[in-house]
Amino acid sequence: MYNFEFVKPASIAEATAALESDGAQALSGGQTLLPTMKQRLAAPDVLVSLTGIAEMQGVCLGDVGLHIGAATPHAVVAREAAAHYPALAKLAGGIGDPAVRNRGTIGGSVANNDPAACYPSAVLASGATVVTNRRRIAADDYFQGLFTTALEEGEFITQVLFPIPQKAAYVKFNQPASRFALAAVFVAKFADGVRVAVTGASNGGVFRWAEAEAALSANFSADALAGLSVDADDMISDLHGTAAYRANLVKVLTGRAVSAA
Amino acid sequence: MPKDDGIGASTKRREDIRFLTGKGRYTADINLRDQAIAVFVRSEVAHGRINSIDTAAAAAMPGVLAIMTGADFASVGGNPAGWYVASRDGATMKEPKRPVLAHGKVRHVGDAYAVVVAETLEQAKDAAAAIEADITELPAIVNMADAVANADNRVHDEIENNVCFDWGWIEDNRAAVDAAFASAPHVTTLELVNNRLVPNAMEPRASIGDYDPGTQDYKLYTTSQNPHLTRLLIAAFVLGIPENKLTVIAPDVGGGFGSKIYHYGEEAAVLAASKALNRPVKWVAERSESFLSDAHGRDHVTKIQLALEKDGTFLALRTETMANVGAYLSNFATVTPTFLHGTLMAGPYKTPLVYVNVKAVFTNTAPVDAYRGAGRPEATFSIERVVDMAADELEIDKVEIRRKNLIGADQFPYTTPVGLVYDIGNYQATLDKLIELGDLAGFEKRASESKARGKLRGLGLSTWIEACGIAPSALVGALGARVGLFDAATVRVNATGSISVMTGAHSHGQGHETVFAQVVAERLGIPATSIDIVHGDTSKIPFGMGSYGSRSLAVAGSAMVKAVDKIIAKGKKIAAHMLEASENDIVFEDGKFSVTGTDKAKTFGEIAFSAYVPHNYPLETLEPGLEESAFYDPANFTYPAGAYACEVEVDAETGQVTVASFTCADDFGNVMNPMIVEGQVHGGVGQGIGQALLENTSYDENGQLLTASYMDYAMPRTTDVPFYTVDHSCVTACTHNPLGVKGCGEAGAIGSPPAVVNAVVDALQRGGYTHVKHIDMPVSPSRVWSAING
Ligand SMILES: Cc1cc2nc3c(=O)[nH]c(=O)nc-3n(C[C@H](O)[C@H](O)[C@H](O)COP(=O)(O)OP(=O)(O)OC[C@H]3O[C@@H](n4cnc5c(N)ncnc54)[C@H](O)[C@@H]3O)c2cc1C
Repeated sequence: MYNFEFVKPASIAEATAALESDGAQALSGGQTLLPTMKQRLAAPDVLVSLTGIAEMQGVCLGDVGLHIGAATPHAVVAREAAAHYPALAKLAGGIGDPAVRNRGTIGGSVANNDPAACYPSAVLASGATVVTNRRRIAADDYFQGLFTTALEEGEFITQVLFPIPQKAAYVKFNQPASRFALAAVFVAKFADGVRVAVTGASNGGVFRWAEAEAALSANFSADALAGLSVDADDMISDLHGTAAYRANLVKVLTGRAVSAA
Repeated sequence: MPKDDGIGASTKRREDIRFLTGKGRYTADINLRDQAIAVFVRSEVAHGRINSIDTAAAAAMPGVLAIMTGADFASVGGNPAGWYVASRDGATMKEPKRPVLAHGKVRHVGDAYAVVVAETLEQAKDAAAAIEADITELPAIVNMADAVANADNRVHDEIENNVCFDWGWIEDNRAAVDAAFASAPHVTTLELVNNRLVPNAMEPRASIGDYDPGTQDYKLYTTSQNPHLTRLLIAAFVLGIPENKLTVIAPDVGGGFGSKIYHYGEEAAVLAASKALNRPVKWVAERSESFLSDAHGRDHVTKIQLALEKDGTFLALRTETMANVGAYLSNFATVTPTFLHGTLMAGPYKTPLVYVNVKAVFTNTAPVDAYRGAGRPEATFSIERVVDMAADELEIDKVEIRRKNLIGADQFPYTTPVGLVYDIGNYQATLDKLIELGDLAGFEKRASESKARGKLRGLGLSTWIEACGIAPSALVGALGARVGLFDAATVRVNATGSISVMTGAHSHGQGHETVFAQVVAERLGIPATSIDIVHGDTSKIPFGMGSYGSRSLAVAGSAMVKAVDKIIAKGKKIAAHMLEASENDIVFEDGKFSVTGTDKAKTFGEIAFSAYVPHNYPLETLEPGLEESAFYDPANFTYPAGAYACEVEVDAETGQVTVASFTCADDFGNVMNPMIVEGQVHGGVGQGIGQALLENTSYDENGQLLTASYMDYAMPRTTDVPFYTVDHSCVTACTHNPLGVKGCGEAGAIGSPPAVVNAVVDALQRGGYTHVKHIDMPVSPSRVWSAING
């Protein structure tokens, strides 16, 4: 790890100012950023901790549905979202191990947009709104490919607002080593239709499976998926699974998510 | 009932108190006054010619004390292979020198070519990054078949076709084996891979060199399973430091699994740097260095054939194996795929004819050496897979085909066609025990329950044997070993009756401090709490060969028993003197020396005290003191054996395999501490399940290690293993060591992988996927799904 300055602002305004300086980077739970720094693969001059800002903490009900502060650890979401949005709570409770869940945060995960991360699928399938220090971004506009998002220089997530579906489920198939998603599917059924978001599987990062959404909106049962498939050409192929295998998983897991919802 | 701290008691491990409360003292915990920190600069390419290394800029950086490169060690010796293996045509083994730091060429990703020593770790890292190495990248040799086929691209310029040796065992039997195949009613052929594993000891390697300019003595603190062997290698071969000027201390060591048997260049480098700087120099590996530079395990590609009668009687077995030794010969790289593998290819069976061919191949990958089981898991996996496949082909029950071919209990001692003499065993008994304990009769019912939940259930067996207690020096010497494999102990009874036992074995997780004390306590009839086991420091312990090959109790423990018996004999002399009786009339029982037929007696404590307060000793016939040493060289290997059953559930839609149950019926000979034996089996089976289902060491075509962290290298976790059912009640005591023990440390890792894979193939066959004959390890979900849909 290289040397760096550390600041811990107490408000969004202070954090905004701190992140304007050259070489500043946001630090939330540090579960992704700190290992990268330890390996000397990242060398920010200033780390701006977002965990001391009261408005960025906690889970509450609000006008959109469930509002979650960006610096809320996964373990808190797992506990506090359980009564309102069980599928989301279950997702949070299945991330990493207890240490990761007690440090890592939803904002860090959504900002990082790891193609194998869990949260992006929930944000996309829920049609959530990503609130930043500058604006509100609809989930459909937010995720832009592997590790790429709509966030601009100096912009950071303050909250994620989740509409609460009538039914939902998240089914994750673990990559055997990292236990991130080798493929995982979040299915959310709303009054006006079903949204299906897939993570872990695609070369393009988290994506919505439009055909499955159409079929399930018409008939919310696993049988509705018969005959559908995702294109294996778009899927990741690596040591842990071929593209064809991931394409299969997407379908199987979608069916299981529908059954579990 | 055993006494609660004697032989046979499940005494809790005394060392766990310090391990579990953070009071262990590992090499990284040791900080010497004025120490400097070393960081190694490692090759990022798999194969390259070093044109120049410019250290000038780095040397000028803050805090930098010294930089050494391969050139600094060009004149010192090389780290040798511990075993000579000749090719079957008589050609000598190709033995490239293994340098302290790479010189001339780098030969694998992670090959260290320079070391930076600085005041702090950060300074050393900064300087390491500033070293400019001009390295011309050469095509990487990764795949063994390519390595052998390509005469021009060589890991070592002087070694054609990258072949270390081409070994036949037993060459004289080859023609007879081939003839048996030619006329056999049935031949089963299987090609398989024994996957390469990264050892992943919980504690990464670490070394501190500490040179004393006053006395010119060197001390090396290091993560070693065998400090005396490391000292010998450094002294006699690598640095030429006189043995009496070098102390090697292996303090608490957090697991080895074989990877810490060997001497590594980092140990020599910190010693040399300490001498150059007159300061202690410390290096602690980061986990990524462990992945790249610890000796890996397994990595065989094998074709195995079994010739049978139609009724399933084994007629002959032959194998052709390519064994990857990586870029350099690690100390036991040559024996692991040969004499620890080929000699086991008879398994527990009566197969009359066996021939094994092994080509050892150099590649641009990390060196490969012994890893828990060392050669025997590879042998067992090949045999037990081909037996299952033959049973399928001939439609014979998997239990019956084994039972039919197992060596009978009345056939011991049994001479195998691959050069071993099994002293004793009862393989039918462990198989029967397994059938009962694992409720094999209830399998069909469990399978239908699984089916109701949408899962395919399979049952896999493995009846296995290993050769442990390594090893009779005369035998291994005749086979090419360059070391003896005896062990040693000193028992020092202090004046107040407490005892220090200095052992040549090294405990790095095994629990020797507890078990060895139990054995001595039982033998001397005194409480284990007054006995301490001292290990790991060459300045304290006698010359022993360390711990690996399930040898500690069978070999070092036997030396300890011999030394204890000498203590008893000496105690009798002292007692005879004190009690004014004839030595022949003294009996020792329950910690008391007494004169037969009288009530005259002295306690062990009184004898000890007298030995050090010898006011009226007849000094011509009775020496003061009560301290004895013994060396023990075993008469034979020991042969633990057992029968394992694994049940799995397969989710055919995702290919996910879940281990539903695992049952072990083992014969380890006499058991000293059942709890520790069970723990060893649990750990070994866990590692075997890891190999079978999860662990995959993958290099790409450029020789980059793709699985260089836990993000991609899957280790077994508690949720990957079931609650085990283990039993060791089938005992045939080893016939040639005083405790009748055989060793249990590797059994689980040897016997379990084929049971798991057999179970998966069985599940798929029963589920109607009869085209699936074999899946290579690790049997990952993706591979299972591809096999089903292939
Ligand atoms: C062992 C392990 C297992 C894991 N398993 C899983 C898993 O199964 N599933 C899964 O989804 N994840 C997993 N993770 C990742 C984990 O969820 C991380 O916590 C998460 O990816 C990052 O969150 P963080 O709060 O730690 O972010 P940090 O590491 O602090 O930051 C990550 C990145 O996001 C930026 N950032 C942080 N907060 C904000 C913000 N509010 N606005 C803008 N940018 C921000 C940082 O600058 C940095 O670039 C695992 C991690 C580990 C170490």
